[in-house]
Amino acid sequence: MTDKSITNSGEQRTPATREETRSMERYLRPAVDIVETQEGLTIITDLPGVDRENLEVGIDKGILTIQGQVKSAAKGNDVYREFDLMNYYRQFQLPEVIDQEKTRAEFANGVLTLRLFKAEAAKPKRIEVQVA
Amino acid sequence: MANWEMFRELDNLRREVDEAFRGVGLGRVLAPQFLTGAGTKRFPLVNISEDASDVFVEALVPGIDPKAVEISVLRNTLTLSGERKAPETEKTHVWHRNERGIGKFSRTIELPAEIDPNRITAQCRDGLLTVTLSKAETAKPKKIAVSVS
Repeated sequence: MTDKSITNSGEQRTPATREETRSMERYLRPAVDIVETQEGLTIITDLPGVDRENLEVGIDKGILTIQGQVKSAAKGNDVYREFDLMNYYRQFQLPEVIDQEKTRAEFANGVLTLRLFKAEAAKPKRIEVQVA
Repeated sequence: MANWEMFRELDNLRREVDEAFRGVGLGRVLAPQFLTGAGTKRFPLVNISEDASDVFVEALVPGIDPKAVEISVLRNTLTLSGERKAPETEKTHVWHRNERGIGKFSRTIELPAEIDPNRITAQCRDGLLTVTLSKAETAKPKKIAVSVS
């Protein structure tokens, strides 16, 4: 299954990452679920605290970039902290079989759902055998 | 002021230790193994802050319908519970990444002050839940005017 799947397992072919040394900002790598169906890929990302206006999703040269800016509006003095809201950034290398024009994105309750569809040529086809 | 910071650090340490040992008691050892109960991962993550009159609790609840989050208060504890549902997918699928957890959650947090149970508001925006709890009158600092005789 692994060699047939359309995303790479492991991190061997990591897409271009942002130069961390020059950037003063810190980024969080949001958690994702990636599910492949016969129709295409569904990428679900948790981006809590991001506004719809501050969310950027783009595909450039086969690389999908998800970027979200967070405005923290915490009030009062901190008593106890478990998380820090930071900007989100994550990239994925998309396989060539994805039809980039058909991508759809939904954003609700801090979760981004991207649906990417496979190009017609890459879909599995069932061929009926005629009985003579 | 340095003293105050030290107590805060101690309080944080106590919270961390409480959290680490939650569910490790004897009751859990004797309980049947197949009832796994609550997961070991903390969910949702919370931040607690306060000012003179209110306590603010922020929790990360992405992907949860705000109406389905249950918030309850008992004395000075706040309980958040609900369920994060699995994404809807077709039957024939392959998982390439599975980093987001799913399932039911319940978390109880100790609040830093006595609160007034009748004045609590909760707001959920983009997966970030903010609960504002008013401190009880007895827990608020009171100004006392000095009268000059």
